[in-house]
Amino acid sequence: MGFSRRNFLGSAAAVTGLLAAPMIVRADEHARPKVVVVGGGAGGATAARYIARDSAGAVDVTLIEPTRAYYTCFFSNLYLGGFRTYESLGHSYGTLASSYGINVVHDWATGVDRDAKTVALAGGGSVPYDRLVLSPGIDFIEDSVPGWSQAAQNAMPHAYKAGSQTQLLRAQLEAMPEGGTYCMVAPPNPYRCPPGPYERVSMAAHYLKANNPTAKILIVDPKPSFSKQGLFEDGWARHYPGMIERIGPDFGGDNVSVNPEEMTVDIDGVVENVDVCNVIPAQRAGSIAFAAGITEDNWAPVSAYDMSSRMDENIHVLGDSAAQGAMPKSGFSANSQAKVAANAILAALTDSRAFPARFANTCWSLIATDDGVKVGATYEASDEGIVSTGSFISEVGETDELRAETYRESIDWYDAIATDMFS
Amino acid sequence: MMRLAVILVGLAFATGMASADDATARGEALFRPCAACHMIGEGAVHRLGPHLNGVSGRTIGTAEGFRYSASLSEAGAEGRVWDDVALDSFLAAPRNYLPGTSMAFRGIRDAEDRAILIAYMIETGGAEAPQGEVAVDPRIAAVLDHPPDEAYGAFLSSECTACHSGGGEGIPRIAGLAPQSFAAGLLAYRDGTREHQVMNMLAARLGDEEIAALAAYFATLE
Ligand SMILES: Cc1cc2nc3c(=O)[nH]c(=O)nc-3n(C[C@H](O)[C@H](O)[C@H](O)COP(=O)(O)OP(=O)(O)OC[C@H]3O[C@@H](n4cnc5c(N)ncnc54)[C@H](O)[C@@H]3O)c2cc1C
Ligand code: HEC
Ligand code: HEC
Repeated sequence: MGFSRRNFLGSAAAVTGLLAAPMIVRADEHARPKVVVVGGGAGGATAARYIARDSAGAVDVTLIEPTRAYYTCFFSNLYLGGFRTYESLGHSYGTLASSYGINVVHDWATGVDRDAKTVALAGGGSVPYDRLVLSPGIDFIEDSVPGWSQAAQNAMPHAYKAGSQTQLLRAQLEAMPEGGTYCMVAPPNPYRCPPGPYERVSMAAHYLKANNPTAKILIVDPKPSFSKQGLFEDGWARHYPGMIERIGPDFGGDNVSVNPEEMTVDIDGVVENVDVCNVIPAQRAGSIAFAAGITEDNWAPVSAYDMSSRMDENIHVLGDSAAQGAMPKSGFSANSQAKVAANAILAALTDSRAFPARFANTCWSLIATDDGVKVGATYEASDEGIVSTGSFISEVGETDELRAETYRESIDWYDAIATDMFS
Repeated sequence: MMRLAVILVGLAFATGMASADDATARGEALFRPCAACHMIGEGAVHRLGPHLNGVSGRTIGTAEGFRYSASLSEAGAEGRVWDDVALDSFLAAPRNYLPGTSMAFRGIRDAEDRAILIAYMIETGGAEAPQGEVAVDPRIAAVLDHPPDEAYGAFLSSECTACHSGGGEGIPRIAGLAPQSFAAGLLAYRDGTREHQVMNMLAARLGDEEIAALAAYFATLE
């Protein structure tokens, strides 16, 4: 078990009291337990903020994140559809550093020495930790869509990590010839944001309906069914009749390859020419989780009680990278898991209280103007992993007023979670 | 009672309804969404919103023992009164009529519905403020009887901040709510009197102890 901060600081102060003044600072620095967080996204930024805020300076928090501004994947589809500006998706780390004293290091973590308890940085040097939090999001599985590789992402963007890829996909949508074809190669389970690809199709359709109404959207999907399927299909039939076609595995949607140079898609032997091709490859935990040696198959298994790695109790894995049980990989989930981990870490490193883990998730999707839907669930910890305790989903046939209200809720949620992460 | 019957009969004529009973029934139905937050009639006490006995004719924001938003308190300080026009305008679009009100209710579009509802409120709640102390709803009192564990409340609140960190058109602000109002809101979601998919789901797993802890914690926030 951890030590009590009060006792530790007490004895450290007693010792330093006998020493010369300049030593006090150093001794005090030593006394503060260190938490290093890798990845400043939905999981990492929340964890860093909660640990720094709730320990009121008693814990030394370092956040390692290469980018200077975090562009959210959530609501990036709304940007595609013209409901948000690109700028509104960006958030800086300024307040985390200035208001909470978090040491924000803009660099890549390249390795973890679990025996020495240090994290190596691409820029050289390493950072020691008592507890390490990894929330690096996802990386793509090579060759999961034959013909596609990271090198082809300018011709066929994934736009599944936000930033310039999102802007590129929007530019390609705008540049589509009249009556052209927009293709999306959907990912196999599990992947981040289960309704994400289908919300994206809705937003592309919204744009095309207004600007290029004879265009077609083709979804090539290896999955027999998908999240909120009934709600999306009902919405597509109402708002975009005849525009969207989905080829599931029963018609070869699970046997697809692409040719980025020719801009073709081969679906079970039938070659289609397309104008935009959004390839969302199969996914796995962020590479740093593999470098740390805490993965099994594609993900990092964790204990549901505190999100600690099943292979190293001093490392906590949050968000998309974690294999935790029943929660979908979402920003809401990552934020929820971060709070459970923060509470457990603070209880281990300081004298604060530990409370039983509880989680929740809600994912909104926008189908068309003022037509929002949502799905959500509550969860708790068990020995087997995170398990669901209750859930809900929007229904087909809800009133326009309710759908508009659901959309307004999602706007407030976005502001709230951004506040919860960054301000 | 006489006076109320007269109003309702008048209304029944005005709106072409068969009888005062129909108007009462419609008033009762129209009041149902209000009942998630307000009580009216004998024994009414404050819940998430103030009790509405005697509200017609009362100075805005002055029911004893209720913590109003600055918006309603200021309107009251200016001497504004809940006359029929004020009630009608408020119920049509609460946030337009009194910007900054903490009443999370979108409004009633239909003017006739509003007239029937106002008449119903006068019928069941009277037009003058009752005298004396307002009792606390025993269910809420039972919840708030639990020792308020603020630290537990702070942890539990982290489940709420993902949505309730601001306060806008879609998700109401809950920071700084009086514990009684806060508890009343969660009890209404937990027992289903107030319907909302997310809040019904979340409240379902909050015991009285959790609600008390959350109420204590949120009351400390600005
Ligand atoms: C199109 C789309 C729509 C979505 N919509 C929603 C939605 O509406 N609601 C919702 O809840 N979720 C949504 N999501 C899902 C959500 O974006 C993710 O689930 C969430 O961001 C996961 O959080 P995370 O902390 O695991 O990873 P991320 O938020 O991706 O953060 C990972 C961070 O780690 C950094 N990083 C990676 N490797 C390293 C390293 N080695 N060293 C240092 N830093 C590193 C990255 O730069 C990144 O900033 C959507 C996703 C997509 C793609
Ligand atoms: C979601 C909870 C909620 C609902 C639903 C609701 N109210 Fe309110 N109401 C409140 C709150 C909270 C206040 C106090 C507002 C403030 O202080 O800004 C209030 C204030 C009022 C007032 C002013 C009372 C006073 O003492 O000044 C009236 C009148 C009123 N509500 C009527 C209604 C009616 C009629 C309905 C149904 C059509 C309704 N409310 C629905 C929460 C609600
Ligand atoms: C997923 C988003 C979400 C989360 C998480 C959430 N809420 Fe809510 N909450 C809402 C919405 C939306 C409403 C308005 C619902 C309605 O119209 O009745 C609401 C309403 C409320 C109200 C009534 C406020 C009023 O003025 O009418 C209270 C009290 C409340 N929530 C408390 C909580 C608590 C406590 C938690 C955490 C345990 C929580 N909420 C978590 C979305 C959320």
